[in-house]
Amino acid sequence: MAKELLKGNVAFAEAAVRNGLEAYFGYPITPQSEGLEHLSGRLIEEGRVFLQAESEVAAINMVYGAACAGVRVMTSTSGPGLALMAEGLSYIAGSEVPVVIVNMMRGGPGLGNIQPAQADYNFMTKSAGHGDFRPLVLAPSSVQEIIDMVGLAFELAEKYRTLVMIAGDGSIGQMMESAELPPMQPVRETRPDWAVTGAKGREKNVITSLALGAENLERLNLRLQEKLAEVKANEVRYQTYDTDDADLLLIAYGTVGRICTSVVREARKAGIKVGLLRPQTLWPFAEDKIRELAEQARGVLVVEMSAGQMLEDVERAVAGAAPIRFHGRLGGVVPMVDEIMADLKKLDAETK
Amino acid sequence: MSVRVKDIPEEMEVVYDFPEAVAKVDTHYCPGCVHGIVHRLVGEVIDELGIRERTIGVAPVGCSVLAYNYFTVDFVEAAHGRAPAMAAGIKRTSPDKVVFTYQGDGDLAAIGTAEIIHAANRGDLLTTVFINNAIYGMTGGQMAPTTLPGMVTTSTPTGRDCAVAGYPVKMSEILAETAGAVYITRETATDIPSIRKTKKAIKRAFLAQMNGLGFACVEVLSTCPTNWHQDPWEAMQWSKEKMTEVFPLGAYKMTDEVKALKA
Ligand SMILES: Cc1ncc(C[n+]2csc(CCOP(=O)(O)OP(=O)(O)O)c2C)c(N)n1
Ligand code: SF4
Repeated sequence: MAKELLKGNVAFAEAAVRNGLEAYFGYPITPQSEGLEHLSGRLIEEGRVFLQAESEVAAINMVYGAACAGVRVMTSTSGPGLALMAEGLSYIAGSEVPVVIVNMMRGGPGLGNIQPAQADYNFMTKSAGHGDFRPLVLAPSSVQEIIDMVGLAFELAEKYRTLVMIAGDGSIGQMMESAELPPMQPVRETRPDWAVTGAKGREKNVITSLALGAENLERLNLRLQEKLAEVKANEVRYQTYDTDDADLLLIAYGTVGRICTSVVREARKAGIKVGLLRPQTLWPFAEDKIRELAEQARGVLVVEMSAGQMLEDVERAVAGAAPIRFHGRLGGVVPMVDEIMADLKKLDAETK
Repeated sequence: MSVRVKDIPEEMEVVYDFPEAVAKVDTHYCPGCVHGIVHRLVGEVIDELGIRERTIGVAPVGCSVLAYNYFTVDFVEAAHGRAPAMAAGIKRTSPDKVVFTYQGDGDLAAIGTAEIIHAANRGDLLTTVFINNAIYGMTGGQMAPTTLPGMVTTSTPTGRDCAVAGYPVKMSEILAETAGAVYITRETATDIPSIRKTKKAIKRAFLAQMNGLGFACVEVLSTCPTNWHQDPWEAMQWSKEKMTEVFPLGAYKMTDEVKALKA
């Protein structure tokens, strides 16, 4: 496939179609609506299912139903919509069906604005709904990476029968850049044996998140926890840049992670030996690698478009091995290279 | 002393048996509760239509949350009020299957009002069985949107004051206004003739789906002897007399195509 100029939202949507997406249910919200719009045409063209729901509450429950029917299904949204989906996320997790959700984060709280933000980190990684569960959260930093992560998201969702979120942000959704789409894959022909497909020649299948009795529900929870432990052991993903000889360690993901690759370049030019770790999974989190790198560094600088949500996970991982500074911009403000550089220089001077 | 299903001796002649679509297990429903009657009707209809192996049920949150234990068809259990959305997700990705939701009045007429209206309005090919017992059974007898004016519940201790708590919501009347609905009827199941009639309505509602006509809903005026604090007989009479006054029986919408179906 050749490279083409693609908008992030269109790119993830088309990548999903080519990865055999069979159904999409969603509700428009900026900054992800172009994804929904693209799918409204493409899925119908391919003879698959597209439906614009009456709300995100309905959308996620349609997704839940389709997932129970055993098809490859997804939705996409942004903060206020994700909040409405929380109910469904918990049911999906409790009944262990595979679902993929793209969240193009925007500024909050409340209606906030439509600028890029990273303030749904805690929501997605720690508290996506009631009860004990965690989605697997992927964090792309370019149009190409979100394309690649769509395929990975389906693979992981189906492998673990779990909820996978792609944590994009307004700028990943809205920007256009050159990227390559995957080749068209055929839609799966069979449905998994646990799906509700009619009790023909077998016992009935029941999909529920209800488990009456404390022991029963504890058993279900323990099984979920076991699965999450397996995810944690096997699915941590990150990228490092110039970390081998780094005195200082930058940690940032998504759009900010990408900006920080420029910071590394600038800092190196200025004679500061900086490395960057960019988490590609927000949960599970690269805590072991961060601890290892922090032990070799004089200081750590965490940069986010939030008031310091990933920061707490970094603090837990570093556990005192090096001093940590934080640079956060709020409300949809994207941090610039020079402001991050200024903080980095300060950290450099403080820790010399 | 009631005889438990599994205790029926094998040597006894069977004169009345479970439909194949109904599981041979004891239900948790209270004596005199209409849920059990309507379960059986749905089971008989599934058998008669020969669709057990391609039917998918969607259970609600409410006393019938465990409906999936009482049928022998594939089932999912939805979040409170979301059964129509979940059912739409299943039906649209499994058009060759027969999908029905089974919902109470709290589920369908309060928390799930948006989902049912939009499913009906889209003409989703679904069959909804709607049990209206004018109360929240499962949570211990609080006011439902369908609670009658003046009716005492645990959250209307001095009786439902409509000026404060609003008026009984008439879902069949509302659903009948949607363009996608083809068959909307309100029935009851408080005596033999009305039970027979309700079964016919349920069959028609399944046939409407199977013939690709549109959305169909059968509302069944029911009972909740436990939370109405009545015995089963009293509850049946109360439902028959009082509920039908506020919720008049009859088909609120039946297209010509539905009328032509042989139920
Ligand atoms: C989101 C949510 N809110 C509240 C509840 C608690 N709840 C369970 S059942 C129910 C009411 C059910 O009443 P109805 O639908 O009339 O069914 P019935 O029990 O009378 O058959 C409520 C409020 C819940 N499970 N989920
Ligand atoms: S509480 Fe009411 S609705 Fe629930 S099973 Fe008992 S009688 Fe039926």
